[in-house]
Amino acid sequence: MAGIPHDHYEPKPGFQTWLHNRLPIVSLLYDTLMLPTPKNLNWMWIWGIVLTFCLALQIVTGIVLAMHYTPNVDLAFASVEHIMRDVNGGVMLRYLHANGASLFFFAVYCHIFRGLYYGSYKAPREVTWVIGMIIYFLMIATAFMGYVLPWGQMSFWGATVITGLFGAIPGVGTALQEWLLGGFAIGNATLNRFFSLHYLLPFVIAGLVGVHIWAFHTTGNNNPTGVEVRRTSKAEVEADTVPFWPYYVVKDLFALAVIMMIFFAIVGFMPNYLGDPDNYIQANPLATPAHIVPEWYLLPFYAILRTFDNTVWVVQLVQFLTFGIVDSKLFGVIAMAGAILAMALAPWLDTSSVRSGRYRPMFKAWFAVLVIDFVVLMWCGSQVPSAFTGWVGLIASTYWFAYFLVILPLLGVLEKPLLQPVSIEADFKSHYADPAE
Amino acid sequence: MSHADDSAGSRRDFLYYATAGAGVVATSAAVWPLVNQMNPSADVRALASIDVDISGIAEGSQLTVLWRGKPVFIRYRTADEIKAGQDVALSDLVDVNAENDNLPAGSQATDANRALDKDGKWLVMMGVCTHLGCVPLGDGAGDFGGWFCPCHGSQYDTAGRIRKGPAPRNLAVPVAAFTNETTIKLG
Amino acid sequence: MFRKIAISAVSALTLMSGSAWAEGAASTTDVDFSFEGPFGKFDEHQLQRGLQVYTEVCASCHGLKFLRIGALAEPGGPNLPEEQVKAYAKAFPIYDEASNQQYLDPATGTMRPLTPADHYPANASLQAPDLSVMAKARKGFSGPYGLGTNQLFKGMGGPEHIYSIINGFTGESKEIAGVTLYENHAFPGGWMAMPNTAVAADAVVYADGTEATLENEAKDVSAFLMWAAEPKMMTRKESGFKAVLLLGLLSVLLYLTNKRLWSKVKGKKLAH
Repeated sequence: MAGIPHDHYEPKPGFQTWLHNRLPIVSLLYDTLMLPTPKNLNWMWIWGIVLTFCLALQIVTGIVLAMHYTPNVDLAFASVEHIMRDVNGGVMLRYLHANGASLFFFAVYCHIFRGLYYGSYKAPREVTWVIGMIIYFLMIATAFMGYVLPWGQMSFWGATVITGLFGAIPGVGTALQEWLLGGFAIGNATLNRFFSLHYLLPFVIAGLVGVHIWAFHTTGNNNPTGVEVRRTSKAEVEADTVPFWPYYVVKDLFALAVIMMIFFAIVGFMPNYLGDPDNYIQANPLATPAHIVPEWYLLPFYAILRTFDNTVWVVQLVQFLTFGIVDSKLFGVIAMAGAILAMALAPWLDTSSVRSGRYRPMFKAWFAVLVIDFVVLMWCGSQVPSAFTGWVGLIASTYWFAYFLVILPLLGVLEKPLLQPVSIEADFKSHYADPAE
Repeated sequence: MSHADDSAGSRRDFLYYATAGAGVVATSAAVWPLVNQMNPSADVRALASIDVDISGIAEGSQLTVLWRGKPVFIRYRTADEIKAGQDVALSDLVDVNAENDNLPAGSQATDANRALDKDGKWLVMMGVCTHLGCVPLGDGAGDFGGWFCPCHGSQYDTAGRIRKGPAPRNLAVPVAAFTNETTIKLG
Repeated sequence: MFRKIAISAVSALTLMSGSAWAEGAASTTDVDFSFEGPFGKFDEHQLQRGLQVYTEVCASCHGLKFLRIGALAEPGGPNLPEEQVKAYAKAFPIYDEASNQQYLDPATGTMRPLTPADHYPANASLQAPDLSVMAKARKGFSGPYGLGTNQLFKGMGGPEHIYSIINGFTGESKEIAGVTLYENHAFPGGWMAMPNTAVAADAVVYADGTEATLENEAKDVSAFLMWAAEPKMMTRKESGFKAVLLLGLLSVLLYLTNKRLWSKVKGKKLAH
C-alpha cells in the first residue's frame, strides 16, 4: 500500500489462506499495524490515537445516553436530569460525553498545529490534509448540534444565533434557514432533526478517518525533520523506521493513559468548569440570556464572526462595492468560513521547499504568533463585545488570514532555511547513542 | 548463560504481563458501567414496591392498581364468594397449583392458599389473563362468579382460578403483604 | 491612529471593570463548603438542616421538580430513614395545583398525597424559578478578565451565589411598572423580585439545635440545593478518584514498557 518496501503478511496454509483468498482483511490489518513508521516521531505525534479514542468514547457514551434521552422540547431537559439522577452511572456517562467533546477538540487543535508546524500538509500529503479539514468541519457541526440537545438556555439561543447566520445568505437565505429549522424559529422540528444528525455524523467522521489513515499510509507518515523515509532499499527503510507495532502502539497508549488520567480528574472533580451555567436553565424562547457564548472550542471562529461589524472599514467598503448585498452579517459569515478555508488551502499557499518548521527560522516566529493569535481569538470570543475586544479581535482575525494568505506564500521566497539532515537515520543518530547491546 | 537468559526473559515478560493485565482491568472497569446503565434506573426501582391504601374498598368490590406496569386486582370478598371458593374440589380445577408467590412452589390451589389474609377476605392477583395477557372483567363475571376474559372466553372463579377456557393457569398472586390494617405492600 | 487606540484602550479597561461589577460576580462571597474539592463530602446534618429550610421557607414559592423525594433516603445525601421519607412525602403540600396535574386523583378531583417515588412538586405560582439545578445554573465566580482562574480555584460558585443572595438584601425596595423590586447586592442588576423578608433569621427552628442565624440558614440551604442539583456528586468524585488511580498505575507500567521496548532502538540521549 505505501511506497515503502516492507515485509507483507504471508498467510499460513489452512484457514489463514482460505480467508485471505476470500477477504484479505488480516492482510490489511497486518500491513496497517506493522507499517514502517519513522523512528524519530516525537510526542506531538500521539494526537492521532487520542483523537481515535475520543471518537470511540463519544460514540459509545453517545449511544448509551441515547437510550435514555428524549428529543422533544417538553421532555429533553427533564430526560437529561433523569440521566444525571436515576440512570445507573448516568452522571459519569453524561459528564464523559460533555467533557469528551472538549478533549476531542483539544486533541484536534494540537493535531492540526502539529501539521502546520512540521509541514505535514505539504506535498504529497495534501489529500490527507484536506480530508482532515473535512473531518474537522464535521466535528464542528456534530458538536454544535449536540450542544442543542440538552435544551438549556445556551442550547436554544446559541442555535438561534448560528442558524440565524444562514439567513444572511442573499436570496435563498430565509428559505434555507426555514428548511434547516423546519420552522420559523428553533423548535421541536429542529431538536428532533439535530438529534438524528448528531447520531449520524460521527459515523461519517469514522468513515472519513478510515480514508484519512488510508491516505497517510499511502504517502507514509511525516516526521519532525520533514525529510522523507528513504525507500530505495529495505536496508534504508529499516534504518529510518521501526514497525508501528509494538513501538508506536505502546508509546501512543502511554500518552493516552496520561491524558486519560488528567481527563478523568477533570470529569470527576470539575466537570462543569468548561461549560456554561446558563445551560442548566431550561430553554425559554421569551428570555434571552445576558451573554450568549458557544463552547470554548468554537470561540475563535465566534470571535472572527463578531469582529466584522459595520464599523470596520473593510466591511463598509465591500458593502459599498456589492451594492449592499454583502452586509456586515454576511461578511462575518464569509470570514468565519474563510478562516477554515484558508487553513485548508495551506498546501497550495505555502511556497517553501523545506517541509518542517524546525529548519525554518523565520517561519518559527510567525507560527508562534499564530498559536498565540489562536488563543487570543479564543479569549476574544468569550468576552462581552467592547471597543477593546473589537480592536483585539480585528487585529487577531487579520493576522489569521494574513498568515495563510500573505506570510506563508512570501516566506517560501524570502526565508533562508537551515540545513536539513540528510536522512532520518542521520538525525536520529545525532540525538541518540546506539542502543546498548 | 541460559540461566541469565531465563531470568532476563522472565523479568521482561513480567512487565509486559503486568501492563497487559492492568490494561485488561482498566478496560473491564470501563465496560461494566456501559452494561449496567441498561439495568432499571433508580426511578423504576423506586416503583418496584408500592403501598396501596385499601381503606376505601367496600366489601364485595375491587380496586385495580397499576404495579410494575401491569394491573393488579385487589378484591374485598363477600362471605358468599369465600364460601363458593372453598366449596370447589381440587379435582375440579384445571390448574391445581396455587400460583401464589407468597407460598412455597407446589402449594395447592385451595381457597385459603389463594387469599392473602387467613380469613380469606382479601384476594390480590395480577389482572393479566394467563392465556395471552388481556385484562379480565370482574365483579362476578362469567359462569363461576369471578372473572371473565373477553378476548378468548377464559373464565375464573371467585378465587381467581381458571375453570373454563383456553387459559392454562390460575391468575398469579404476586408478592404482597399487609403492612398495617389499611395498607397492602405489593412487591 | 495611535491616539484612537490609546483612547479605546483606556475606555476598554474602565468598561471591562464596569462589566465585572454589573455581572454581580464581584459580590459573591466565597464560602468553604464541606463538599468542595476532590475529597469534599456532603455533610449529612447540614443537608438535613437545609432540607428543613427549603421545606418550611422556600417551598411555598419555589418548586424542586427534578428531584425525586425518595432521593432523600439514598446514601451520599441527607440519608434519612425510609419511613421518615415516606411520612415526609405524604405530608408535603402541593402549593401550585395547576402545575402538578400529574398528581391529580381522578376519582376525588383533588391532589393525591405524594410518595417517595414521586418528584417534588413544581411551583410556578409566583413565577419563582425552580431550584432543582439552581446551584449549577449560576456562576458565582468568573474571570479575572476572562482568564477563568477564579473558578479553577474557588469552584463555579453556584451555592456561594445562592448564599450571597440570601445574605445580600439591603432592605430597600422600589416599585417599577406595578412590580415591587427589592435591592440585593449579589443579584445582577441589583434589584430582584424576591422579597427581602422571604428568608429571615429564626425562620426555622433547627431540629438539631443549631442556631438559626441567617448565615447558617443560607449556608445550609445552599448546601442542600447543591445536593439537590447533583445528588450523585459523591459517586462522581469516587469514580474519578478510582479512575485516576487505575490510570496512574497503567501509565507507570506503560512508561516502563515503552522505555524497555525503545531501548532496543535508541541508547542515551546525546548532548547536542
